[in-house]
Amino acid sequence: MSEIIKVGIADINLVSPPDTIRTTGLGSCVGVIIYDEGRKIAGMAHVMLPESALIKSNTTKLGKFADTAVNALYDMLIKKGASAKSIKAKIAGGAQMFQFSSGSEMMRIGPRNVESVKLQLNQLGIPLISSDVGGNSGRTIEFNPADYQLTIKTVNKGTKII
Amino acid sequence: MDFTKINHIHLDILREIGNIGAGHAATALSTMLNKAVDMKVPSVKVISFEEITEMVGGSENIVASVFLRIVGDAPGCMFFMLPIEQAEKLLGDLLGGEVVQLTEGVHSEMTISALQEVGNILSGSYLTSFSDFTGLNLQPSVPATSIDMAGAILSFGLLEISAVSDFAIVIDTAFTDIKKLDEVKGHFFLLPDPESFAKIFNALGVPMDE
Repeated sequence: MSEIIKVGIADINLVSPPDTIRTTGLGSCVGVIIYDEGRKIAGMAHVMLPESALIKSNTTKLGKFADTAVNALYDMLIKKGASAKSIKAKIAGGAQMFQFSSGSEMMRIGPRNVESVKLQLNQLGIPLISSDVGGNSGRTIEFNPADYQLTIKTVNKGTKII
Repeated sequence: MDFTKINHIHLDILREIGNIGAGHAATALSTMLNKAVDMKVPSVKVISFEEITEMVGGSENIVASVFLRIVGDAPGCMFFMLPIEQAEKLLGDLLGGEVVQLTEGVHSEMTISALQEVGNILSGSYLTSFSDFTGLNLQPSVPATSIDMAGAILSFGLLEISAVSDFAIVIDTAFTDIKKLDEVKGHFFLLPDPESFAKIFNALGVPMDE
């Protein structure tokens, strides 16, 4: 029996077939999936904020920040036996749920999360295979480590697979 | 953010803010609809991010929401959130018995504008009484609306607090029909920014350190 592994807000989890991994209600948050193509292991993080630096946080949730999440996810996969060379990534989320005339920094959190995740992936040399980011719709995403397909569901714009 | 310094008196204060605020908002709503609207006793909880979305029926539940930032002495976020069917009913009543649909592609600018205005009036009355009660200077930003997954919407209100904590204090007041008390019409969520708690408690003479 295959199960759906859940990833809560600011969480990280790993998955291998036949299970799939899923996070719901991504708004400005970004869902990051890192997977080893070949060994069929994958992990997902639900990132809320761009960076942990300059923030006095006593959090234990490494998935909360783009920088800590991508690094933690990478380390977890390597520990599970993934090969650094065959690790790839897919991302989704980073929407702007509310449109404001005043463009304060907090209102731009979605795009900033996306930028930060991409930067972290780049620094670790992880190729970003596909992404579905931006817009103003919430997303629920599910990744299947058997065929590396990421299914993205939205309320207003239907379902797509990347 | 150190939640251990918050005692039951502080929680009572927050509950009272929810009580007075949502009480005024409920009165405004019942004037608008010309029928009685009741509200439940506000709940004030220190809860994890996951639990917050459970309060509105799960992260994927589709809701109509009006969001505004509170600016001034004690900044924070405020949401007026309704299940989509309830929002359609409410706006239908308001627009003189019209059949209203809120799904993308079908809704008119008129209904969205009406939803925004309802949110504006209700949160305005909530905020005014919050401000009167505490003596703090508080102003609402222009409201923004979104019809989408509850998780995607609410997480936006958690950004400030998530930078310093894995938990948030949420002041939640649910509306009900006066005849059908179990049927929740909508929620008011007040999420003060982390540094606002001390200001609210100081304003009411119950500092957090004592």
